[in-house]
Amino acid sequence: MTDNAPEPVFEAPWHAQVFALTVHLNESGLFAWPDWAERFGAGLKARGLERELDGGEDYFLVWLEVLESFLAELGQAAPDEVERVRADWEAAYLTTPHGEPVVLKGGVRA
Amino acid sequence: MGARQDLGAGGTQPGLDRSDSRAHCPAMPHDTGHDDHPHALLPPDPALRVKALETILTAKGVVDPAAMDAIIDTYETKIGPRNGAAVVARAWADDGFRARLMQDATAVVSELGFFGRQGEHVVAVENTADTHNMVVCTLCSCYPWPLLGIPPAWYKSDAYRARAVREPRKVLADFGVTLPGDKAVRVWDSTAEIRYLVIPERPLGTEGWDVDRLSALVTRDSMIGTGLALSPDAA
Repeated sequence: MTDNAPEPVFEAPWHAQVFALTVHLNESGLFAWPDWAERFGAGLKARGLERELDGGEDYFLVWLEVLESFLAELGQAAPDEVERVRADWEAAYLTTPHGEPVVLKGGVRA
Repeated sequence: MGARQDLGAGGTQPGLDRSDSRAHCPAMPHDTGHDDHPHALLPPDPALRVKALETILTAKGVVDPAAMDAIIDTYETKIGPRNGAAVVARAWADDGFRARLMQDATAVVSELGFFGRQGEHVVAVENTADTHNMVVCTLCSCYPWPLLGIPPAWYKSDAYRARAVREPRKVLADFGVTLPGDKAVRVWDSTAEIRYLVIPERPLGTEGWDVDRLSALVTRDSMIGTGLALSPDAA
C-alpha cells in the first residue's frame, strides 16, 4: 500500500523551517491560527489562478510569500529589512570557505 | 460546522494522478556539491528568505530558535498517522470509547494527548454500510495534524482540493476505491477551526483482535477517506 510506505514529512529543510516558524509564532501569540489560514487560503487561491499548484514546493512558496506579507502587516519584519538580511545571508554563504560554519555578520550562525 | 455535501452516483473515470504532486515538484535550485567548491553551498532563495525572517524575529525576541527546532522534531519524529490509527482501532474495539469519540472527539483525543495545537476542534465521522466519508480543505490544507501528522502533497494540491467536492467518486476511483452505487459519499470541508477524522469501517475477519493488531490495518488514507482500512490478509 502506497500510503504506508515511508515518505519524508517535509521535502526540503526550508519547508520544515517555514512551517515551524509559523506554528511557533501562532503558539507564542503573535496571531490566531484562523487569521493565518484565511490569508494563506487567499494566497493559494490567487496563485492557483495563475497556474495549478501541485501541493509540493509551490505550496510552501505561497506559504512563505503569505507569511512575509503577514509579518510586514503586523509590523514585525519590513520587506526591505527582510531583503537586506537575506542578502547578508547570501553573502555569508558565498564568502565562507566550503566546510566552515556559515556565520552572519553580527555572529548569528546558519 | 464545515460544509457537508451529500453526493449521489458518480463515474469512475480516472484523472487525479497521485504521482503528479511529486513529479511536478521543481528541482531545488541547489548546488549538488563538488569537491572543489570554493564556498559553502548556497541554499535556495526561499531558504534564505526564511532564514532572514527567523534572524529578524529572533533578534527581536519574538522567536526562540530552540522552540522552532522542537516543533520540527515533533512533526518529523513524534506525530504521524499512527496516532490516528490508535484512536480508530480503539473505537473499533471499545463501543463506549466509540460513543464518546463520536459525541466529542476533541475531548477524547485531547485526553490521549493528541490535542490541536492551533486550538481547533476535532470531529469524528464514521463510515457505515450506507455512507462513506472523505475529507478535504478547499480553503488551504487544514488537517488534523496531531492525529495524522503533516498532510501529503496530494492533499494540498489544487487538483484534490478542487475535485474532492466536485467529483468525489472519480477521486476515490483514482485512489483505487470503488464504492457501491447506493452508498452515499459525504465530503467534509475542513476549516481552521474544525478538522475531521474519518473512522473507516472495521474490516471483516478481525473479530477478537486487540487494539494493537487492529491499528496496523488503519492507513493514513483510510482516515482521510481516500482509502479503506486494510483487510486482514493485506496487513
